Amino acid sequence: MNLSLHVWRQPGPAAQGRFVRYEVKDVSPDMSFLEVLDVLNESLIHGGEAPIAFDHDCREGICGACGMVINGRPHGPQRATTACQLHMRHFTDGQEIWVEPWRARAFPVVKDLVVDRSAFDRIIQAGGFITVRTGSAPEANTLLVPKRDADLAMDAAACIGCGACVAACPNASAMLFVAAKVSHLGVLPQGQPERGERVVRMVERMDAEGFGACTNHGECMAACPKEIRIDFIARLNRDFLRAVTTASPPPSSP
Amino acid sequence: MELRAKVPAGPIQEKWDRHRFDLKLVSPANKRKYHVVVVGSGLAGASAAATLAELGYRVSCFCFQDSPRRAHSIAAQGGINAAKNYQNDGDSIWRLFYDTVKGGDFRAREANVYRLAQISVDIIDQCTAQGVPFAREYGGLLANRSFGGTQVSRTFYARGQTGQQLLLGAYQALARQIGLGQVTMYPRAEMLDVVVIEGKARGIVVRDLVTGAISAHVADAVVLATGGYSNVFFLSTNAKGCNVTATWRAHKRGALFANPCFTQIHPTCIPPSGHHQSKLTLMSESLRNDGRIWVPKQAGDQRPPAQIPEDGRDYFLERLYPSFGNLVPRDVASRRAKEMVDGRHGVGPLANGVYLDFRDAVERLGRAGIIERYENLFEMYERITGEDAFATPMRIYPAPHYTMGGLWVDYNLMTTVEGLYAIGEANFSDHGANRLGASALMQGLADGYFVLPYTIGDYLAQTKLEPVGVNHMAFREVEAQVAARVAKLLAVNGTRTVDEFHRELGTLLWDRCGMSRTADGLTDAIARVRALRERFWREVRVVGSGEDFNQSLEKAGRVADFLEFAELMCEDALHRQESCGCHFREEYQTPDGEARRDDSRFAYVAAWEYTGAGTPPALHKERLEFEYVHLAQRSYK
Repeated sequence: MNLSLHVWRQPGPAAQGRFVRYEVKDVSPDMSFLEVLDVLNESLIHGGEAPIAFDHDCREGICGACGMVINGRPHGPQRATTACQLHMRHFTDGQEIWVEPWRARAFPVVKDLVVDRSAFDRIIQAGGFITVRTGSAPEANTLLVPKRDADLAMDAAACIGCGACVAACPNASAMLFVAAKVSHLGVLPQGQPERGERVVRMVERMDAEGFGACTNHGECMAACPKEIRIDFIARLNRDFLRAVTTASPPPSSP
Repeated sequence: MELRAKVPAGPIQEKWDRHRFDLKLVSPANKRKYHVVVVGSGLAGASAAATLAELGYRVSCFCFQDSPRRAHSIAAQGGINAAKNYQNDGDSIWRLFYDTVKGGDFRAREANVYRLAQISVDIIDQCTAQGVPFAREYGGLLANRSFGGTQVSRTFYARGQTGQQLLLGAYQALARQIGLGQVTMYPRAEMLDVVVIEGKARGIVVRDLVTGAISAHVADAVVLATGGYSNVFFLSTNAKGCNVTATWRAHKRGALFANPCFTQIHPTCIPPSGHHQSKLTLMSESLRNDGRIWVPKQAGDQRPPAQIPEDGRDYFLERLYPSFGNLVPRDVASRRAKEMVDGRHGVGPLANGVYLDFRDAVERLGRAGIIERYENLFEMYERITGEDAFATPMRIYPAPHYTMGGLWVDYNLMTTVEGLYAIGEANFSDHGANRLGASALMQGLADGYFVLPYTIGDYLAQTKLEPVGVNHMAFREVEAQVAARVAKLLAVNGTRTVDEFHRELGTLLWDRCGMSRTADGLTDAIARVRALRERFWREVRVVGSGEDFNQSLEKAGRVADFLEFAELMCEDALHRQESCGCHFREEYQTPDGEARRDDSRFAYVAAWEYTGAGTPPALHKERLEFEYVHLAQRSYK
C-alpha cells in the first residue's frame, strides 16, 4: 500500500518545528511502523536529507524507548501496543498519517520525534526504590508474599516508562507512571518501611518537574501499552494522603 | 603474552571463599578517593555501579540509551536460574555447576562456573528484597519452572518479563545512588575508546549523542558492561543499539578477545517476513516446555497446518532425541530446524520456519492454563504475525541471540589490560561454547552484584596509580583520534547507507559463520568482509554533522567496528577445527550429524591479540582443565 506521512521535523530543542509531508510507496502489511520510518529514512539519506530522528531500541515493546503520537494517539491506534510493535496491517492504502513527538513541558523535544524523558529517571531517583544494600538481603523464602499481592505488584511493575501516559493526558500528568511504581513497591511487604516516605518524595519530584495534575480523564490508561490500570492512581492518592496526614515528615537526609 | 587466569588453589568448593579472604581490602575512608567508570547500565553494569557506590566508591556510569532503565537486559523473557532446590527435585550448587559446564560443551573455566552456581542463590535473595515481583505459589513461596535443557525446576521468573523486572531492580538501586550523589549518570553517551597509560586503563573517551561533544573521563578503573555483539548479523534478537564498539575498542587497546566465534543462535524466534525486516523477535523458549515442534514430512508441502494429518507430521526433535525431545539445548534445536528448512520442509509464506504447536498442550492444560503461562507471548506473536497461536501453530526459526565470546578475563574479571574489567555478556564468560537458558541474567547479576565489587578493590588496594587529568597527553591523543574518526565517517559522502552495508555484512555472516560453518565458507567470508570494509570507507553516506543528535553517525561508527570485528570472528571459527556447542563445523560431525568435539586439540579458550591493522591477530591459548566434571560427549538422545 501507499501512505502519506506528515512527520514533525524539528532540528533542535530551540528551533521551530513543522510537519513535513512524505509519500511512502509499497508498504507491506507485515512491516512495523518503525520499519516504515526506516524505509523512509533510507530514501531521505539517498537524497542527501537528514533522516527523521526517533528513539527506538528493542523493537519488542519492552524497553520503552520508542514513542510517538500517531494520528493523535500515543503509540498509534492499536490497544496495548507500542509504536515498534504496531504493524501496518492496521492501516489502509492511501491513508494519511500524522506523526509527532510526545508533547509535554516536562519532556522537551531533542530533535524531530525524540524527547528528553529524564524527568522520569529523576522521579525514580527521588524515591522509587527499596533501600537494600547488596549482600544484606535475607533468604528469599523467609518472606511470604500472597500470590494475589505478587500478581498485583507485577501488574504495576509492568510499566515500561515510555511516557505515553503523559503524552495522552490533557494535563501532561505523570500520575500513572508514578502510581505504577508506588503501587508495585507499596503492595509488597518489602516495600512497607519506606512506603510513606517514598510516595511523598516521588510526588514532590513529579510536581517539581512540571508535570500537570490528574483530573481523572483516564486517557493515560487508554494509551498505556502495558495497560496499567488507573486504580493504581487511587492507591497513590490514598498512600499520599495517609503519608502526609499521619506520618512524621520524612527525614531531611536518607 | 602469557594468559594468567589466576584461579585460586584448593578444592573447587572453597576457591571463592578463600579468594575473598585473600583479596586486599580498601579501607572505608579510602574508597571515596577512587573513581570507577562503568560503561553500560544493563544487569551487569547497573548492579556493579550501584554496589560499588554503596561500598563508597565514586562511580560514573555511561549508557547510550536515553535512560539506564532501557538497557537490553530488559528484553530477557524467560527467567533466572538459581540452585535453591526449593522444588526438592535434587538440584544443588553442584548440579547447576555440572549442567553449565556440560551445557557449555566443556569450553568454560570450571572455577568460574562453580562460583557462578554458588552465587546464584544470593542473587534471588537480593532481587526479592529489592521488590522484584517473582512468580509465587498460592502459599506465598517463590515459584519455579523448568527451562530449556535442564531436568530440574530451578528457574525463577516474573511472568514473561523476568529481565525487565531484574533490570528495574538494579536500575532502582542505581537510581538511589544517583539520587545520593554517589553515582554520576551519563545517559545518551557512547564510549568510543579506552585510554591506557603505562599499561593501565585510566579512563574513557565518550561522545555525547545529543550535542556531539567528545569528552574524556579519568578513572582509577574502567568496567565494561557493554553486552554482546549479536548485531554483527544485522538481524538478531538484540536491541537495535547493541554493538561491539566498546569491547572492540578495548581489544584494539590491548584487551584480548576470547572465542569470538561462539555465538548463540536461539531456536524460537519469529521468522523474517520480508526484506524490510529490521530485527527479529524472540519467543521465550519456555514455550518449548509445552509446544511441540514439527514440520510436514513431505518436502515442499504447502498445505495449511490444519490439513496435514498426524501421520504427515514430523516431530523431528522428539524423533531424534527421545529423552529430551523438544527441550534439547538451543544449539541442537537450532541446527535441526535449519536442516529441516534447508531440506525444503520449511513452513509459512516464505517457507522459512518450523511449527511450534500448542494443540496438545491446550487439550492437556486447557486454554486458561496456557494463558496463565504464556499470555503475553501469545499476544506478542499475534501482534507481529497477525496470527492467533491458539487457532494455528506458531512459526519459529532460529536467530542470533547471545554471544558467549567476549573480552578475555581472569578469575577477577580483569581483562589483559590492567584495571580494565569486563562483566556480563561483554566478557567471554562462564558459558563455554553454549549458554543454557536462564543463565545470562544469572551471570550478569553475579558479576555485577557479587564478584566485581570484591575483586576491583583488590586491584585498587594494591596498585600505585599516578594522578592524571584529562589534559594528560594520552587523553588528548585519544580524544583527537576519536574526533578524527567521526570526521572521517562524515567526509566519505558516498552513495550507500549504513544499513545497506550492515545488512550485507549480516547476510554474509549468517550464511558463512552462522549455524553451520565450513573452512571454504569461512575463508571466502574473510575475503568478502575485507572487501566490504574497504567499500564502506569509500562509499558510505552519513548525512548531517558531528555536532548534534545524529543517529546515522552513531550507526556508522558501530557498523565500522562490526566490519573489523567480523573478520576476527571468522578467523576464530576457521581455526577451531572441531564442532562444539554453538560452533558447528560441517567437517567435524558424527555419522548421525552430531557435533564432534576434539578435546585433545581444542580444549582451550582462544584469546586473540590485536597486532595492528592489516596484520593477522595473534592467538593465545588458555588451556582448560576439567578436574571435576569429566569430559564427555553430550548426548540428549
